[in-house]
Amino acid sequence: MKTALILIQILLLIAVSPLVSGIIRKIKNNIRMRKGASVFQPYYNLAKLFGKEEVVSDTTSWIFKAAPFVVLASSVCALSLVPVFASTLSFSNMGDFLAIIFILALGRFFVALAGLDAGSAFGGMGSSREMFISTFVEPVALLSVFAVSLNAGSTNLAAVSAPAGLKLSSIIASLSLFVVTIAETSRIPVDNQETHLELTMIHEAMVLEYSGKSLALIELASHIKQVLFFSLIAAVVIPWGDFALKMAAVIAAVSLLEVSIAKMRLFRAVDLLSFALVISIMAVIVSAAGY
Amino acid sequence: MEYLKIGFSLLFDPLSLFFLAVIALVSVPSAVYSIGYLKEGHSRGEKILAWSLMTAFVLSMVLVVTVGNAFLFLVAWELMSLLSYFLVVFDHKHEKSVRAGTIYIVMTHIGTAFITAAFLIIYKYAGSFDFSAFKQACLLMPDNVKNIVFIFLLVGFGTKAGIVPLHIWLPYAHPQAPSHISSIMSGVMIKTAIYGMVRFIIFILGVNSLWWGNLVLVLAVVSCLVGVIYALMEHDLKKLLAYHSVENIGIILLGVGASMVFIKMGNPVLAVFALCAGLYHLINHAVFKGLLFLGAGAVYKATGTRNMENLGGLIKLMPWTAATFLVGAMAISALPPFNGFVSEWLTLQAFFLGALATAGSYKIFLSLCAAMLALTGGLAASCFVKAFGVTFLAMPRSAHAREAKEVSLSMKSALVAMSVLTIILGLAASLMIKILVVVSGCATGINTVGMNFTLNNFTLAPQSGTNLSVPLIALALIFVFGAAWALAGTGKKRVCEGKTWGCGYYNLDSRTEYTATAFSKPFRIAFSFFLMPYTKTEKIRESFYHVKSFKYEVFTTPVFRRYIYEPTLNVIIKTAQAMRKIQPGSIHVYIAYIFITILALIIFVGRS
Repeated sequence: MKTALILIQILLLIAVSPLVSGIIRKIKNNIRMRKGASVFQPYYNLAKLFGKEEVVSDTTSWIFKAAPFVVLASSVCALSLVPVFASTLSFSNMGDFLAIIFILALGRFFVALAGLDAGSAFGGMGSSREMFISTFVEPVALLSVFAVSLNAGSTNLAAVSAPAGLKLSSIIASLSLFVVTIAETSRIPVDNQETHLELTMIHEAMVLEYSGKSLALIELASHIKQVLFFSLIAAVVIPWGDFALKMAAVIAAVSLLEVSIAKMRLFRAVDLLSFALVISIMAVIVSAAGY
Repeated sequence: MEYLKIGFSLLFDPLSLFFLAVIALVSVPSAVYSIGYLKEGHSRGEKILAWSLMTAFVLSMVLVVTVGNAFLFLVAWELMSLLSYFLVVFDHKHEKSVRAGTIYIVMTHIGTAFITAAFLIIYKYAGSFDFSAFKQACLLMPDNVKNIVFIFLLVGFGTKAGIVPLHIWLPYAHPQAPSHISSIMSGVMIKTAIYGMVRFIIFILGVNSLWWGNLVLVLAVVSCLVGVIYALMEHDLKKLLAYHSVENIGIILLGVGASMVFIKMGNPVLAVFALCAGLYHLINHAVFKGLLFLGAGAVYKATGTRNMENLGGLIKLMPWTAATFLVGAMAISALPPFNGFVSEWLTLQAFFLGALATAGSYKIFLSLCAAMLALTGGLAASCFVKAFGVTFLAMPRSAHAREAKEVSLSMKSALVAMSVLTIILGLAASLMIKILVVVSGCATGINTVGMNFTLNNFTLAPQSGTNLSVPLIALALIFVFGAAWALAGTGKKRVCEGKTWGCGYYNLDSRTEYTATAFSKPFRIAFSFFLMPYTKTEKIRESFYHVKSFKYEVFTTPVFRRYIYEPTLNVIIKTAQAMRKIQPGSIHVYIAYIFITILALIIFVGRS
């Protein structure tokens, strides 16, 4: 029974994940005084890509073909560990909070390899930059996880997401986790999803060679990863209040941030992540102090 | 002459047996591999020499981990060092090998000197070289003597393990040996130093102060980061792997150091758990690093080069080598569901539970150690995207790489066997932990009855409620992969081959590919405070007016060599030159020396 509920939760989240991206785009466009595409545009994109012919570079190997499936598998597998609608609704016997970081790294590893596989300089550049950014994201993510888990007394997500009293350190950790989310979902100021100027993009450069169904899978995986991070902040790190409301707040914050600042240079992004590292260390210190 | 009567006792407690298993797991596939590896390019005599040296080397390691007497331990230890030296200089025609061998033998003997000194100090209290006598004596030793013995043992074994800043020999010696020997050296030999630390510091000496554990943790963190940053900058495939050994020794020592801290804090459950995590990473590293070195050796055998910038595209020519190298690369990058992931997760859990059990500054210290481990993991993953991507993917960058052929059956079977081991060690994590609890209990002298870190045979549970099930994760990944595959297979399947996008140019060749140097450039800039990179530009001229081409090279400053080893060496050489003045070569002066010495001795003896 519980397994069925969890599976329903996963499928539901996968189903709404493109919608979240659509809403963010809509908000951004409206703030910029544009009408913008429908919030369902990401679904149309996916449907279009699924029907399209796929072009595969002749220098690629099986890594290139397998990577979209691996990245989707890792996103969904990580998503199944996150309790969203109730604190027990996750496969907690499969893994804990720390495992999510590792499982997402699997997908990234394969996409980065696929970026190198086509032999174009763009893909290599994208892979190099993506791994570079994610390397500095890793300690921030870990310390944020540590801070909230220390408050809960366990890295078990059910324990972490069970409301136990509002702690200051959890709120600080959610701030650093927000920066992690920005970096992991390739958003401004770390990366820009909308750019198609080859020299400035990170994630988009890495998947430049993909088309058709493979690209659809990679995009779906990105949507899922985004929902995963948003629900981590909304349901796990701050487990009080209405989930839909908190989700809306995170979506609004991301959209506002994207329209209000410019993309940073690659090495400025490291400064941002160092700043996030300091915040996450603060979270651990505040948690050690008992708040 | 009581001390010359050596009881030839062998020890087969769980700690020794565990290390014996590690030796066997790596040595046997490496030996099988060497059949194919040595087939061509070596005379019959050389082959016989290589085989006998290798077997003697493995036997000496077996002796190191099983003897029960410190004197015999030293003999075995020295035997292991010398035999591995001969294997490093096996390709003696290369000047590089001889140089690497010299650095290795000097460093390893400095280490042995420290170990010998530590043993002699303990002997002074024990009156015997037997381990049991040592253990008795260590209970009575004064604290400051214990501290000195600890430092000596740490330096001595640390040199062999390659902890920073004593790692200097490792990236020279390991790549220079034949690949199956590199695999045994990196996989097993440096682990005997960890055995020495666990056996002599934790088991015999007993953790006496809190700062011991703290020191080991700090050294471990430094080793992790320095090792992996240097590895990222390296483009020699085997040297890159050697630097990763420095990193992984750091990760192992994180577990060992945490265990030492918890022992002193009086938390036996965590002490056992942390040591389990460290030892688990030890056996994992032995297997996947062995696998990676064998894979790198296969690449070297097939292409004749270890420089990644000249490789590429090997996945199509050497599918077996590529697939098995990928398994090793994923394991060392701590990706699920492979074994490296499990042991890094366990180490992080040890830190988390430690942070939970302690208060104040220790909470922060242990959390920061965990954060540095996460950073190391991220850097290692980047490094292996580079290593695998540049070596095996895209287009070949040289004629050697274009003409590569898959290696022989014996080499392939060794690679496959090691990959299977890597996968099994990941999936059977629960069973491994059950074994390791016994080993750790033996090493720490803690009664482990009732200690259980597993939920069932498939699930780890360091704390009740916190679970990790590697088989389940593997199943979930495979299930989603399969479902997506089936879904993508429906409908129209139109795939056509095309050229890689080159902004309208359609004759991209290997020169437009991203190189290993370019891949690591962001890291070189971000860590420039430590690496201090500098460039050399050379203009190649046809005439004074016409520059034909540019040669551009990037170097990083070897900090440890320049600021620690070279100044030390200079001081030694200068002192030696100053001392030379008392040796003028005239027989009269020497007779005068003898006369003065005898006179001084007579006065000294007749003093009372």
